[in-house]
Amino acid sequence: MIKHITTPLTKEKVLYLKAGDQVLLSGIIYTGRDAAHKKMIQMIEEGKTLPFDVDNQIIYYVGPTPPKPNAIFGSGGPTTSGRMDAYAPKLLSLGLRGMIGKGYRQESVKEAIQKYFGVYFGAIGGAGAYIGRCVQECEVIAFDDLGPEAIRKLKVKDFPLTVIVDAYGNDLYEIGRKRYLKEHSYDK
Amino acid sequence: MRIIKEETIVQEVKRLCQEANYILPHDVQRALMKAYEDEDGDIAKETLNILKENALLAKSTLSPICQDTGMTCIFVEIGQEVYIEGSLSEAIQEGVRQGYEEGYLRKSVVDDPLFDRINTRDNTPAIIHYEITKGDQLKIIVAPKGFGSENMSQVKMLKPSEGVQGVKDFVLKVVHDAGPNACPPMVIGVGIGGSFDKVTLLAKKAMLREIGTHHFDERYKALEKELLEMINQTGIGPAGYGGKTTALSLAIETYPTHIAGLPVAVSICCHVARHKEVIL
Repeated sequence: MIKHITTPLTKEKVLYLKAGDQVLLSGIIYTGRDAAHKKMIQMIEEGKTLPFDVDNQIIYYVGPTPPKPNAIFGSGGPTTSGRMDAYAPKLLSLGLRGMIGKGYRQESVKEAIQKYFGVYFGAIGGAGAYIGRCVQECEVIAFDDLGPEAIRKLKVKDFPLTVIVDAYGNDLYEIGRKRYLKEHSYDK
Repeated sequence: MRIIKEETIVQEVKRLCQEANYILPHDVQRALMKAYEDEDGDIAKETLNILKENALLAKSTLSPICQDTGMTCIFVEIGQEVYIEGSLSEAIQEGVRQGYEEGYLRKSVVDDPLFDRINTRDNTPAIIHYEITKGDQLKIIVAPKGFGSENMSQVKMLKPSEGVQGVKDFVLKVVHDAGPNACPPMVIGVGIGGSFDKVTLLAKKAMLREIGTHHFDERYKALEKELLEMINQTGIGPAGYGGKTTALSLAIETYPTHIAGLPVAVSICCHVARHKEVIL
């Protein structure tokens, strides 16, 4: 079953999601990767206001290609989430509800996801052209000088995602693999 | 002596940068189709379906397959009877510059790696490997490499006594470490032998080999097949969500080595194993 989710992502919506669920996400999300995260954490430490209110919002870890003339968005698949692990728990503590990326997360992030009722979605790495087509609107809202790493406000429609880490502490990277090995009796 | 003009090289490199980023090589496409047919899990099959669709969409709209249009890795084989009018290196860098800017490809290179990390804004410098060959031809292979998978590549100097088992254990360890970070299904190149620097180049070159072709030595051919089978029994699967297809291919390249050494390098690439070449 595919779950249709729209933003803002409330605690109730998060609790409805389980690791392994396939989701089509629609609504507003924000982009941010390495440099933008570093800057946002600095702003928090200096008591400054963030470029957007993270409460009940989703950050998509992506650095898109430049759009062609008359296009809204270029190609934009997920980047490796682990590089944002150092920053994610702080943002979750401030109300950030969801993260979209790919790859392993540290225990500290998984714990924060459970503690603050968040969710970690996986987008399919390498499917940049396909995902780019889900973007209906795009506006750079901060750190324009960072080029592909600037913070963008995106309006997406039916962005295909899979729940990797849910608010109950399940991790699809562990259970998906175990399930496969069990079904194919490679499990020793 | 054959003369090749600098401008010809600029134009060819520019074209190759764009085509490599828009069009998935035929062998990778075929492997992806076959994996889709063989996969049985729902999520795994759907993931491969999206990757298939993505490649078709990128090709038909001339859009980058992946947003990480890579650090541009270039292999040049230059015949010793070729004379380049102008600078070969500068022509290649200029081709990359124009290719990335005019092709709407992402510029992902920073100048200083540790302190400044400021984007060079034209994706240069490219990494260029030169090889002198016989004859009067110039071969250029453009292989943009994304860093999601590049970051998961590893090299190890094994003891000769660790032998075949040591190689197998190391390759499997690298694949496990890479897991979902490397955007599986992966394309894997393994280098064995040479020296610390040579072995990584062997692994990179192995990754460029056409899928379905094997090492000329039957023993390495058997090892390629065995390793691929073992990797596809890890259960990591497409996108790491669990499944059969963890890797599309594994190729080994070898070179003589020192009596005291057994270098092994594992170069990991995602399914977007991009490379395009031209012979001038």
